[in-house]
Amino acid sequence: MAGSLSSISGKPLWLLAELTYKCPLQCPYCSNPLEISKYSNELTTGDWFRVLREARALGAMQLGLSGGEPLVRKDLEEIIAEAHRLGYYSNLITSGVGMDADRVAKFKTSGLDHIQISFQASDKELNDFLGGTSSFAHKLEMARAVKDQGYPMVLNIVLHQKNIEQLEDIIKMCVELKADFVELASTQYYGWSRLNIDYLLPTREQVTKAESIAKRYQTELEGKMKILYVVPDYYEKRPKACMNGWGSIFLTIAPDGRALPCHAAATLPDIEFPNVRDNSIESIWDDSNAFNKFRGFEWMEEPCRSCPEKEKDFGGCRCQAYMMTGNAAAADPVCDKSPHHADLQAEVALIEKTSANKNEPLIFRTMKNSKKYQTDKKLNLSQN
Amino acid sequence: MINQMPSLSSMYRFQWEEAQSSYVLLYPEGMVKLSRTAGEILKRVTGKTTVKQLVSDLETEFPGSDLEPDVLNFLTEAEKNGWISF
Ligand code: SF4
Ligand code: SF4
Repeated sequence: MAGSLSSISGKPLWLLAELTYKCPLQCPYCSNPLEISKYSNELTTGDWFRVLREARALGAMQLGLSGGEPLVRKDLEEIIAEAHRLGYYSNLITSGVGMDADRVAKFKTSGLDHIQISFQASDKELNDFLGGTSSFAHKLEMARAVKDQGYPMVLNIVLHQKNIEQLEDIIKMCVELKADFVELASTQYYGWSRLNIDYLLPTREQVTKAESIAKRYQTELEGKMKILYVVPDYYEKRPKACMNGWGSIFLTIAPDGRALPCHAAATLPDIEFPNVRDNSIESIWDDSNAFNKFRGFEWMEEPCRSCPEKEKDFGGCRCQAYMMTGNAAAADPVCDKSPHHADLQAEVALIEKTSANKNEPLIFRTMKNSKKYQTDKKLNLSQN
Repeated sequence: MINQMPSLSSMYRFQWEEAQSSYVLLYPEGMVKLSRTAGEILKRVTGKTTVKQLVSDLETEFPGSDLEPDVLNFLTEAEKNGWISF
């Protein structure tokens, strides 16, 4: 939903505060790192206050309070109030589990601007299966409470093979809940979703159908409910402009204080991400090796280096490039100019062929599984 | 339109940003940096000012030109974007 940002850059505009990786849910597509069990050393309230203050001084306006489940943090209300005092537009990104009507009202008086609630599916059975807990009824209730408090309501549904067939019902549910905004986000395959890609990747046919449904409702509901549909990029020919460019406008702080140019960046090798416990936000943003590593265009290799489209997509996603080619500076293989694009397509075709028959076992995002699976699954592209 | 009193939609927050030296519109997970003119117009969109008054205000502050067509264009566009309502 970013507006026209290209005219402003140079400093972080968007601060994503991942307050904790604890979460009562266990979504098998969670974009958190597999190593969630290693993040128990969380920043204190005071640390977060300083992060907020310093980032705001540099020009950050948008604040995402996220996780894990940010509601798990007992000091969430305090953090919201401080963000409000500093002039942020604050977004709470939550599953709704851990909230009640009183807490929603309290957030409002603390100055929270917006609450985004995620649903796993449009029916109780699938929602609760995917989340690994019984949460559907509570989510409905919380969505209504959010609306009652007069917040703009954004609902977020991550789409994948298990729920993409219910897209129409999902949209109808959002209409019923009077959402102002609906984000239909196709699963991005990092972390947990990567581990479960064989079970989650929708087929090309499913994607085409979903796209036409989303388009139809976009027209039908124009002026009433905005629908943002993010296409799954594995079926595209050009990569997404990941993070609007590395170190361009986005700053993520992980629960342990590590500063990242994107929330998946911790998977990249040989980069030491600076910690806010030891560094100011300004020095992290301006001077750290990590934030300068893929900034601008100098780092690029061919085919990106001489490509006329590099200012449009910045070569795509660094994490995806690394995951699939072993080289974080390569072109994102989603791009059909990448020498690895054909391999990606072959791999996707293979998954597509077998995935329809695959059901369980999905690997759920639990601390126990985190200890078991510590490395990202690699796709079997040819050079591996 | 000229006698109506537009107001900012509740989805949006309008504020001055020192670091950008400009007015911005903030909304769930997004923002728009406003041009100087857009900022000056939206500053006067309070729900209590008619478009007519708004134009004459602007013409007093920035004398020498007929601003009405630009203002009307901008407000039409802003309504279409859902930023304001009449
Ligand atoms: S995706 Fe699911 S498991 Fe991951 S943080 Fe969100 S609610 Fe929790
Ligand atoms: S070659 Fe690189 S810069 Fe060009 S379109 Fe592909 S990913 Fe983008």
